[in-house]
Amino acid sequence: MQRNLNHPTIVTIEKVIDETPTVRTLVFSDDVMPTVLPGQFAMVWIPGVNELPMSVMISKESGKAAFTVRKHGPSSTGLFNVPVGGQIGIRGPYGNSFDVKEGKLLLVGGGTGLVPMMRLLSFVKPTDDVTVLMGAKSKDEVFFEDLSNELLKNNPHQVIVSTDDGSYGEKGFVTDLVEKLVSETHFDAVYVCGPEIMMYKTVQAAHAKQIFVQASLERMMKCGVGICGSCCVGEDLACRDGTVFDGGHLSKNKEFGHFHRNKAGILENY
Amino acid sequence: MKPSIATSIGQIQLDKPVMLASGILGISLDVFNRLYASGAGAVVTKSLSTVSWEGYPNPTIFSVKGGGWINAVGLSNPGASNFAKMIEPNQDVPIIVSLVGSVPEDFEMMIKEFKNCKVKAYELNLSCPHVAKVGLEVGDDPGLVKAIVSTVKNATDVPAIAKVGLGTSNYLNTVSTAIDCGIDAITAINTVRAMAIDVETQRPILSNKFGGLSGTPIKPIALRCVYEISSKYDIPIIGCGGISTWEDAIEFFLAGASGVQLGSAIGDNWVGVFDDINKGILDYMKRKNYSTIKEMVGLAKKS
Repeated sequence: MQRNLNHPTIVTIEKVIDETPTVRTLVFSDDVMPTVLPGQFAMVWIPGVNELPMSVMISKESGKAAFTVRKHGPSSTGLFNVPVGGQIGIRGPYGNSFDVKEGKLLLVGGGTGLVPMMRLLSFVKPTDDVTVLMGAKSKDEVFFEDLSNELLKNNPHQVIVSTDDGSYGEKGFVTDLVEKLVSETHFDAVYVCGPEIMMYKTVQAAHAKQIFVQASLERMMKCGVGICGSCCVGEDLACRDGTVFDGGHLSKNKEFGHFHRNKAGILENY
Repeated sequence: MKPSIATSIGQIQLDKPVMLASGILGISLDVFNRLYASGAGAVVTKSLSTVSWEGYPNPTIFSVKGGGWINAVGLSNPGASNFAKMIEPNQDVPIIVSLVGSVPEDFEMMIKEFKNCKVKAYELNLSCPHVAKVGLEVGDDPGLVKAIVSTVKNATDVPAIAKVGLGTSNYLNTVSTAIDCGIDAITAINTVRAMAIDVETQRPILSNKFGGLSGTPIKPIALRCVYEISSKYDIPIIGCGGISTWEDAIEFFLAGASGVQLGSAIGDNWVGVFDDINKGILDYMKRKNYSTIKEMVGLAKKS
């Protein structure tokens, strides 16, 4: 019987990579997840704990994919703690993906928002000139810097790290750097994923310069398939219409950058 | 005469017969506008309670391999008061407000919250199969059904619909009690209590263990219920359960429904499903030479 992508498929964790004290990458074998497009996500069931939407991470080994998770609440900590040999259920992939443009590209990632950016990096052409901007709170929380450089070793590229406390790389918020970069340099496309205020400011900065920009939105998700409505942002459903949206579309959305919905569906300010 | 897919469900007049079912996509006015523009005749809100509910932890939804879904979202909703404020600006979209509660006072209190809103009808959730003390537990108690429907009918002139489902008692008794208390229409049916177990991890999948089965697997059951209700009682009926094509909608009309609701089909076909079904109904009417939906309602009972 053909695999029903909406039905959870059980996979076994084969490798756990500690990226930082709070961030881990869990590697597993699967037929479907290694082929997903940058920006697509899976619903990940941690038996007895919860089910979470997770961006699908690349793996260097063929036939394998990964999830990179930061332990935060009970659910993400549950996934963080799945050991080698532990089983999780996955369904999907869901959602659309980034439009991969060519030329001079700026990829902006904050925290685990870097995950879809790493996947995107595996789709860029060797001729693309790529700038990766990664934001972290402090030196301890910087990850994927080496991976970015490795993935881009055949490209003209630069990887810039900024930390809020200045303990590593540039000091300050990543959005300040975005504003500086887009005002100094022409980019053919900007991609962003991370905390929503970071995405909002990045989209605003790029859109104001009429640069093609896309953001991958994160919302409270329950079903992943556009039924439950939990992830609505204005008239859009993050799971079904996104998670990737164009800057032009987002700039007209009254909720993006201003409100999110809690578990009960009540709009709350950022 | 050019056929029209406009329909009347008792006092409820709709331009189109296919509605969004309760529990689906129902927490944003912007989304309601989009669904209405996509061809929904009306949108039924998520079931609202007197205070906001977070619902159950994930997994809340499970896809059945042979088709259909089992959900236990747990009636998560922002609460009647918050919701009423959100829909207050609405003028265009026919909104049917679904209400869930344990006692008549809950319903009375919530209806007051909507005094400044344009509400097409109230749908009383007497049939959610996976939340304690509300839904089916209310629908299975004739005394409570009587008290709730009577209270709602006294509290508002807006038409009231009872949404019934398959619980531990005969749902026809719930229908009968609701009709005796003046209910304006019946929606049949809700999801059917069900569960799923993963064989690898040997655990129930839904965090709540039990949920409600929806989608194509329950269509024949829902159709049977609509047929039974329409055979026994003279009450406008809205068919709900597994409708995903125009043929499904026509089947429900022929069984005795004047309108239909859908939800699960959105998971498969997204919001284009409304226009697809509307167009299919219209084509069928042209081919069969019907000018109104009403001409088809209950025709299958003749045979």
